[in-house]
Amino acid sequence: MSLAPGFEDPVLEGQGAFRGVLNAMARPGSVQALAGLPQAPAPLSPVAAAIALTLVDHDTPLWLDPALAASQPLRAWLAFHCGAPVVDSPAASAFALIAEPLAMPPLGSFALGSETYPDRSTTLIVQVQGFHDEGPLLSGPGLAAPRRFGALPLPSDFWVQLRGNRALFPRGVDVLLAAPDSLAALPRSLQVEAD
Amino acid sequence: MTTPDPAYNFAYLDEQTKRMIRRAILKAVAIPGYQVPFASREMPMPYGWGTGGVQVTAALLGPEDVLKVIDQGADDTTNAVSIRAFFKRTAGVATTERTEEATIIQTRHRIPETPLTAKQILVYQVPIPEPLRFLEPRETETRTMHALQDYGLMHVKLYEDIATHGHIATTYAYPVKVAGRYVTDPSPTPKFDNPKMNRNAALQLFGAGREQRIYAIPPHTEVVSLDFEDHPFSVQTWDRPCELCGATDSFLDEVVMDDQGRRMFVCSDSDHCARRRSARPEAAA
Repeated sequence: MSLAPGFEDPVLEGQGAFRGVLNAMARPGSVQALAGLPQAPAPLSPVAAAIALTLVDHDTPLWLDPALAASQPLRAWLAFHCGAPVVDSPAASAFALIAEPLAMPPLGSFALGSETYPDRSTTLIVQVQGFHDEGPLLSGPGLAAPRRFGALPLPSDFWVQLRGNRALFPRGVDVLLAAPDSLAALPRSLQVEAD
Repeated sequence: MTTPDPAYNFAYLDEQTKRMIRRAILKAVAIPGYQVPFASREMPMPYGWGTGGVQVTAALLGPEDVLKVIDQGADDTTNAVSIRAFFKRTAGVATTERTEEATIIQTRHRIPETPLTAKQILVYQVPIPEPLRFLEPRETETRTMHALQDYGLMHVKLYEDIATHGHIATTYAYPVKVAGRYVTDPSPTPKFDNPKMNRNAALQLFGAGREQRIYAIPPHTEVVSLDFEDHPFSVQTWDRPCELCGATDSFLDEVVMDDQGRRMFVCSDSDHCARRRSARPEAAA
């Protein structure tokens, strides 16, 4: 069994991916294209793989959803390129990779941080098929004006959960959505309009 | 772009350090105004010379970036020149003194007079990131105060200004509230610059190297300077224009000209001043 490569140029491709993630996080619901993507073993998508290579390392416990955890080649790839300890409990993770959003655990089961250290919370990396602008109305820091945003597929109660996540502020999780060649972010500061 | 010095990794820091700083920056953006602890590295310059800002810039910087560095508004002062040279050498990036040409602007204690755009990131060098530190020296206490939004002490401090001086005498590092939640130190910028922080189109990142904190103000985020209904926040004004370019809307530095008490008031933003002078050649003489 041979190991798939990571970034071709870890320094510059990692930097490019980080700026994409940062732009997405600073402007919630905006779609950021990513280039220079690695080919990780299925079912990890190239964009989710690029985010993992950019941010995950031996300092960040990683949670994998059952679809990803079942892939031995993927676990070997993550162990070699990221070196992150894989944890069983979502609440113990700094990052969580999710390939099947419809089966994802509730947001409240991940690390939510504390009132004194709200930064000690999980960043979710959720693989989706694509984005659209017919979802709920988003507003808050990073948005000059409210905008509609949606992604598919997401659990039917995802936006209700995200409102619950906002109610915990400054505690809460941050969500990165990884589409096939782009990404968007839903930081905890985001206000989601009720339906 | 020039070729970076091959003795260093791109932008000096090793990749694991960059990942750690990048994670802190992302959490800082997600929790506007909250100070995220990070494992600040020793840099090849002393604390107080912008080691926090330099680490944030190093984690952001790519070969396509154009970097501007200002110290008290000026591009040509020691700190600004050194940091520009540092990144030119270690990352080979293009540098500029023109505000609108830059994609990343690292600043010590000023916000450029030229309005920033959504394509720019402003990186502040921060000495003391904790706005409550001089009121409460214990980190355990200030951390709890932030958790409980217990900011009464800061209002007492501003009130004591009024009781002693008749007005709020804080003129720099004037505390702000970010996105209605965290009271935050804008770094020792003059309060003249506070209104520019409010709903700025650019992302604002703050790095404190010695104190090991990173915090952020996302674009278009509400930033309110603390005040009282009967003593509303106001910025400094001058009774004369800049003596070099004639600007009446910029922050002026007082420059001592000789030992006879002669003084001159000039723009602190050297790019803003130079641009205005070149647009009006008759005033440059």
